[in-house]
Amino acid sequence: MSGKAPAWRHRHLLDVDALSSADLERVLELAVEMRDGDPAAHADLLRGQSIGLAFYEPSTRTRVSFQMAAMALGATVVDLGVAGSSVGKGESLIDTLRTMVRTGLRTIVLRHAMSGAPYLAAREVDAQLLNAGDGQHAHPTQALADALTLRDALGTLRDRKIAIVGDIGHSRVARSNLHALTKLGASVWLAGPPAFVRGFDAWPGICVAPLDEALRDADAVMTLRIQLEREAGGGIPSLHEYAARWGLTSERMLLAAPDAPILHPGPTNEGVEISAELASSPRSLIGRQVENGVPLRMAVLSLIGGAA
Amino acid sequence: MVRFGRLTDVPASFRLTGARLIDPCAGTDAVADLAVVDGVLVAAADAPRGLPTREVAGLVVAPGLCDLHTHLREPGGEAAETLESGSRAAAHGGFTTVCAMPNTKPALDDPARIAALLAGSADAAARVRVIGAATLRRDGERLVEMGALAAAGVVGFSDDGAALPTARLVRAALTYLAPLGLPLIEHCEDPSLAAGAVMRAGPIATRLGLSGWPASAELTIVERDIALADETGGWVHLTHLSTIGSLEAVRRAKSRGLRVTCDVTPHHLALTDAWVAGDRRFSWEDPDPDQPFGHALAASAAYDGRCRVNPPLPSRADALGLLAGLADGTIDAIATDHAPHPPQRKLVEFGAAAPGMIGLETALSLGLAAVDAGAFSMGRLVTALSFAPARLIGESRSLAPGGPADLVVFDPSASWTVSADALASRSCNTPLLGRSLPGRVRLTIVDGRVTFDDLASAY
Repeated sequence: MSGKAPAWRHRHLLDVDALSSADLERVLELAVEMRDGDPAAHADLLRGQSIGLAFYEPSTRTRVSFQMAAMALGATVVDLGVAGSSVGKGESLIDTLRTMVRTGLRTIVLRHAMSGAPYLAAREVDAQLLNAGDGQHAHPTQALADALTLRDALGTLRDRKIAIVGDIGHSRVARSNLHALTKLGASVWLAGPPAFVRGFDAWPGICVAPLDEALRDADAVMTLRIQLEREAGGGIPSLHEYAARWGLTSERMLLAAPDAPILHPGPTNEGVEISAELASSPRSLIGRQVENGVPLRMAVLSLIGGAA
Repeated sequence: MVRFGRLTDVPASFRLTGARLIDPCAGTDAVADLAVVDGVLVAAADAPRGLPTREVAGLVVAPGLCDLHTHLREPGGEAAETLESGSRAAAHGGFTTVCAMPNTKPALDDPARIAALLAGSADAAARVRVIGAATLRRDGERLVEMGALAAAGVVGFSDDGAALPTARLVRAALTYLAPLGLPLIEHCEDPSLAAGAVMRAGPIATRLGLSGWPASAELTIVERDIALADETGGWVHLTHLSTIGSLEAVRRAKSRGLRVTCDVTPHHLALTDAWVAGDRRFSWEDPDPDQPFGHALAASAAYDGRCRVNPPLPSRADALGLLAGLADGTIDAIATDHAPHPPQRKLVEFGAAAPGMIGLETALSLGLAAVDAGAFSMGRLVTALSFAPARLIGESRSLAPGGPADLVVFDPSASWTVSADALASRSCNTPLLGRSLPGRVRLTIVDGRVTFDDLASAY
């Protein structure tokens, strides 16, 4: 494996912002090895380790993906069963996690509805924290899986134009992608209703633009899920109007580079942010994003676990 | 050895020599001796021989500090603070008067409850004045019996924690209060704009994925209340202002002669929204050129619930505007909004943290740090912490012979480290914990009684 690589120096994975571009390359290379290499080569990398899943928010794909990744490395997975626990009721996040650490868990995968929760946990709990999505802030493993998917499709991200369309402001996936894509050398363009892209023009290396400009000659386009509750004074008059003005269609995609791939972190609202036709077209990488999620998380878990 | 006293102690007699006396009432700032005999200020030349004498060269003597906005948490919040601990925190911070806010459980909305609080504070370590709720149960429906509360001794009315919900209610309150000469104290926040927000809107909130509180949430209420003060002739006091736009509105109102006053907290002067991202620079320091995007958020300091406060910590530009507003007199007073909370309300997700931080014991130090940075003069700081707020609630502050000794002695060149042990408050919810700050209070005297004494250990 990556025997000659220096020791991984990050105790936690809270967001992509803490990773250097060399770190990113290493994660992606390792994910490719995990995906394309002999499964037996890494089947025992985390043998004897226990990984706790603390998903305070419902999640299917991220939770299952972490479970599959941990099991493929030989680790034991413990679901802490905290789903549905809500802030203000019962035990605090810190008390719950501290209790888990007393049982011997040293690695915790945390999904939480509030931005910054993993930072609190990392400072107050003696465990390694992997952020599996916190509020509207970050979703680093999803962004890394997206980077892997884009690299598979484009070869490299350096100097490639990537357009992200939709509700950037409420999206943890988008934020982590902004870190990952810019660190990998891509030029990132954002488009969406004003309330959804406000403030991002201050982000270095990011260009906020009208949809047509963002899509023009884009090498890849990522669109984001529109939450239904955004209609009620939350940034758009209606989903119908959103679809008409910002929904991705084959016609709009004519502006982008020929056959530019399309990504979406899922689950999709077909007919809103993306047409059903596009979502199921050959240029859609939505399925590949999910498939890459497992080897990517294997790479992250083995690096964090000191096994790679 | 630090010693706390009470309002019921025997009045003190002593002489201080070589101190820098700053007296905003007289407009003087000079090195002089000062004598206190049985709690009364006496011209040093007239003081009897044999008074205990302390040489205090380098120390500042100023009128006792007065806090217009203190959450003492009694009744109902004794896990966070009590009259005893809160008044000791006041004494430790150099405050001789604190105005207890009415958002207690139950709220301070009736004369008997106010009388009980005043009676309970008779032997505290600071003079406690009371601000009554503006509406019954603070529910924004019906005004309290303002005349009865005024008779019980309140110095103003506020539903702090929220603005009065309707312009109609503000108009009614200001109209009724005008002849009573007491202010309506408004927490300026439009709930429809602030709903769900946990920090100031801006690039840092965008970076952190936290819902942002727009400056308009404050300004819309400020402008509404100024219009109603104009129309009714009533007095509105806008508390803990946090934006340049609000200050401009106040400036215009004052230039038109309206009865509009305002205060700002030490933390809105000194701290900025970058603190939520883990930065720990004061507003007047050179900002991190890379914030908030240039480097990784630090797990050690980002999303610290102790930085959650309402109104939220300002942008750096607004904090600098507030410093300028204090320097030019647009802002009448510094008020702490001392808001103690137990650890379990703060050691939680940032958005779940109870808003507020303690401030009584760090207000003077943050002000002195701003003075050191050249933001305003020492005289202006002393005025904004003592004489000016005291005058707003009808208290005098003077270092002239003949009056009661109500003063603070502090060492502007000494420093101290904020720690749970060093704080007299029952709570320690401040992001300044662990930080070394300039300025140590050496002596606090309320109406002739020593409430805090750290002079012995200084010399």
